This record gives sequence, C-alpha cells and structure tokens, in this order.
Amino acid sequence: MNRYRRRTLALELAMIAGALFVAFPVYVLVNLAVRPTADTSSPISPTTSPTLDNFAQAWQQGALGGALANSVLVTMCSVVIVLAVSSLAAYPLARVTAHWARGTYLLVLLGLALPFQLASLPLYQTMRDLGLLGAPWALVLFYSGLQVPFTVFLYVGFLRALPRDFEDAALIDGCTPLQGFRYVVLPMLKPVTATALVLNAVAVWNDFFTPLLYLSGSAQQTLPVAIAGFVGQYVTDWNLIFAALVISILPVLVVYFLLQRSIISGFAGGLKG
Amino acid sequence: MTLAPHEQLKGHDRPLDAKRVPRIRQARTTPPWWFALPALLLFAFVVLVPSARGVYYAFTDWDGLDPHFSFVGLDNFSDMLRDADATQALWHTLLIAVAITVIQNAVGLVLALGVNSAIKSRNMLRVFLFAPAVITPIVTAYLWRNLLGPDGAVNSMLGAIGLNGWEQDWLGDPDLALWAIVGVIVWQFAGYSMVIFLAGLQSVPREIHEAAAIDGAGPVRRFWSVTRPLLAPAFTINLMLSIIGGIKLFDQVYALTGGGPGHATDTLSTLIYKDAFTLGEFGYSIALAVVLTIIVAVVSTGQYLMLSRNERATS
Repeated sequence: MNRYRRRTLALELAMIAGALFVAFPVYVLVNLAVRPTADTSSPISPTTSPTLDNFAQAWQQGALGGALANSVLVTMCSVVIVLAVSSLAAYPLARVTAHWARGTYLLVLLGLALPFQLASLPLYQTMRDLGLLGAPWALVLFYSGLQVPFTVFLYVGFLRALPRDFEDAALIDGCTPLQGFRYVVLPMLKPVTATALVLNAVAVWNDFFTPLLYLSGSAQQTLPVAIAGFVGQYVTDWNLIFAALVISILPVLVVYFLLQRSIISGFAGGLKG
Repeated sequence: MTLAPHEQLKGHDRPLDAKRVPRIRQARTTPPWWFALPALLLFAFVVLVPSARGVYYAFTDWDGLDPHFSFVGLDNFSDMLRDADATQALWHTLLIAVAITVIQNAVGLVLALGVNSAIKSRNMLRVFLFAPAVITPIVTAYLWRNLLGPDGAVNSMLGAIGLNGWEQDWLGDPDLALWAIVGVIVWQFAGYSMVIFLAGLQSVPREIHEAAAIDGAGPVRRFWSVTRPLLAPAFTINLMLSIIGGIKLFDQVYALTGGGPGHATDTLSTLIYKDAFTLGEFGYSIALAVVLTIIVAVVSTGQYLMLSRNERATS
C-alpha cells in the first residue's frame, strides 16, 4: 500500500491538475492586476508589459492603508477580548455541575444557531441610539459578544477532557480561584487557545455584513467594506480593482503560508472537537 | 476499535476516574459563577437581547426610524406568503444550501482521499487546496464576478480550448446565476471540507485497512466498510457547517449578483438586507430573519439528531 506505483503517479497528476484548476483564478487575478488599463487582450494571455502602477493607485484612491489598519485593530482587540472572557466563562461552565451552569451553557450554545441577521438588525438600532455607528469600537464590542458562543463551546469541550487534579491541588495550596485560573488552568488551555485564536481572527477579519451596516458612510472602514466601496466606485476599471483585491489578499496569504501547519490543524482540530 | 477518536480524548484516558478512586471530599472546590459574567454580559448585549427584540419587531410595522409603530400580529408573516420575492428567496436559500452541502462535501472528500494517499506532493497540495478558504469571501466573490463576466477569464478559457459554444453570461443569465454562485462557494470552501475529512481520515488506523486488503476487499469496499464509518464525526461537522453556512449566505450573493438579475438569486439574507435598509421595511425584514432562524434551527436540530444516531450506529 505504501509503494509508489503507476496508479499513484496517475493520482498524483490528477491531483496536481486539480490544484492548478483551483489556482487558475489567482493567476488571472495577478495577471490583470499588473496590466495597464490600455491593454485589452484576453484575460488569460500573459501581460506583455507588466506595471505596478495599479497598486499605487488603488492603495491611494481606495484609502486601503487606513482600512487595513482598522481591520488589524478591530481583529486584534476583538480576539483578545473574546478569548479572555470566553476562557474565563468556560471554566465554571465546564466544572460546575449545578443546574444553573448547565442551563447557562445551553443558552450560550443557542447563540450558535441564531443567524446574525436576527440580532444585528435590532442591535443596529441600539448602536445608533448610543451614537456608536461609524466607530470601529462598536465592531469590537459586537464581535466580542458575537464570538462568545463558539469560543466558549471550544473551551468547554477542551476543559471537560482535562483532569481537574491540578486545579484542586492549587486551590488546596491556597490559590484564589482567579490565581488558579491564571496560573494553572490557562496554561493548560494553550492548544485550544491557539485554535480559537485562528478561527476567531479569520471570522472577524473576513466579516462583511456587520461593518457594512455599522460603518456605512463613515471614513473608518474595514478592509472588506473598503474593497466593496472601491469596486462600486471603479466599476469598469477591473485592472485597478484587481490590484486592490491583491493588496487585500496579500496579508492574509502571507500569514497563512507562514503558519499553514498550525492553521490547518487548528481548523480541523477545533471543528472536530 | 469501538472508540471514535474524540471519545478517547474526552475522558476515557483520564488518569483518575472519579467513580472508582475514593477522594477527599473537601478537595473539590468549584470556580465561582461570576467568572462567567463578562462573557454573559457581552453575549446578552450583542446576541440575546437583540434577538429577543428582533422577534418582537417581527410582529410590528416598524420602519426602523419612526418612534411610533404598531403591533400588527401575524401580518408580516401572511404578507410573506403572498410576496413572490420572499417565497422565491426562500426557495433559492434552500436550493443553494442543499447544492453547496452536497457538492462541496463530495469534492472535499475526494480531495481528502487524494491528499491522504501516497502521492509525493500531498503536503504541498494540502496547503494550496486549503488556501482559498482563508481569503475574505467578499474578495473572492468580486474576483469571480469578473472571471464569470461575458468577457471574463472563464469564457476566454473555454474559447481557448475550443468550447466557444459553452461561453455564457454566467451571472447575467437567471437560470445559471444561482449555479455560478454555488460553483464559486465550492471553489472557495472545498478545501475547508477537505481538511476536516483529512483530520478524520488520519484517525483511521492503517492496520485495519491492511487487514481488509489482505481479506480481499477492493478499494471501494475498503472505503465503504472501513473508512466511511470512521469518518462519521467528520461528516457530521462538515454537513452541519456547510448547510448552516449555505442557509445564512450573504457576502457572496451580495458581491456576485446583488440578488439579480431581477430577483433570480435573492436569498433570504440579501432580501432581509434590502428590505431593511433600502426599503425601510424593518418589521417585515426582521420577520424574514425570524423565518430564517426557524429554518436554521429546524435543519440543524434535525441534522444533528440524524447524524448523531448514525455516528452511534457506525462507530
């Protein structure tokens, strides 16, 4: 079964063909992004005189720098907050066997099934009344709550598989519960924290609907909304649009290829639990 | 081999089994309830309270601005039945969700079996095939909007390999647009399904496979009788994720077609957005969101019960 046979070679070639098929749009994306607007040849023929002008223009006219900074800020703050409050909450929810803990956990899990449209339309009214529309902090607040159910779910599953003897020992030795959490439980949660970090960061970074609602019309955009605005503005100038798309994809792909091993296993492991 | 991998993890190899080993009672202290407070407050503010308010607004005629609005009972829901756009959007939502679930997971499973084989490029292929899944969906949707256009790369490609007759205005043709959206999502997320199947495949012990091969089972038989049952948890996760993702789909439809041409690709999500923010029919729009919620709840509960029964039966 482990030997490399002719059939394995055929499979290898088929899989590589599949991968090229997947990569084809990316080839076109880069090909058009480096093409001067005057060049109207077929999108699949290689560009003859590549230029980087589109990138400079897209960067400036799309205000992509500011949007990138906003996206980084919102993602980082939201993920830190949601990991902190969720791990802390998961601790009693996983350990306490009383009814209130089970009930609360079920209530939190209910949040997994609720589609975001239901909550985010009324929340839009609340945010407007509080004067938070247009502020990136509104998004941080939003994601910090929205991602709680999923993150608590990951942490509780992991905690229930951990022996509680270390915490018990720490508490007998005179730790306060908070110290026990900070110095004993939290370090043991490291693997699931890594998974939760990746999954939450991707979810927050990629979200479009919420910033579209809460930041619409403001100068403070996140990257997906800035891109959507840019596409709307330069409808026909696809070379420019493609340059903007490349700029927005690049940071994600760089991070992905640097961390691919842990990201892929994080996705698989986190969702398998 | 009766234990699924996640069961092994969850307690069977706990070093001390509470039932058997006598313990000192006083050693049990439980973490205080207020640890859960910050998370619960955020969750209540962002999800729970607004959702409850949403359900209330579904029975009103609120436009989202006017402080005066009245309770209209079930009017929004009965209007929905007469609203051709809404019934069509409901149909599209279900069709897209089912199509994505079936196609994405079939492709993902084939890819997972491929990269789990003895081929030399398997590690690199895993990385590349998963890459689309981390890219912002709205961005890939804009990319595909161009690729699928009348002068786009897909048509150029078809022309280049002599299939001129297949060239289409993929997103402009009401009969094709829905399937074009499904295709884009499968392109982006098949690698995602692949990774989850792959994680499941790696828990299939090689010895069982080899024993089955020695007993004369061919590849198809080995897959069906050995691999498939052990993949049951991966199937559960994958089917849940893709069907719920499909029902809630918004970004890709918004960027690819905006629900058009006409209403040919409107889903419940895009219709909710349009009704609330371009037509100012907040009450009606939130009633649609309630229907969406009910569908998600029914589908996911039903699927969960069905699949967990299967999982128990096969593992």
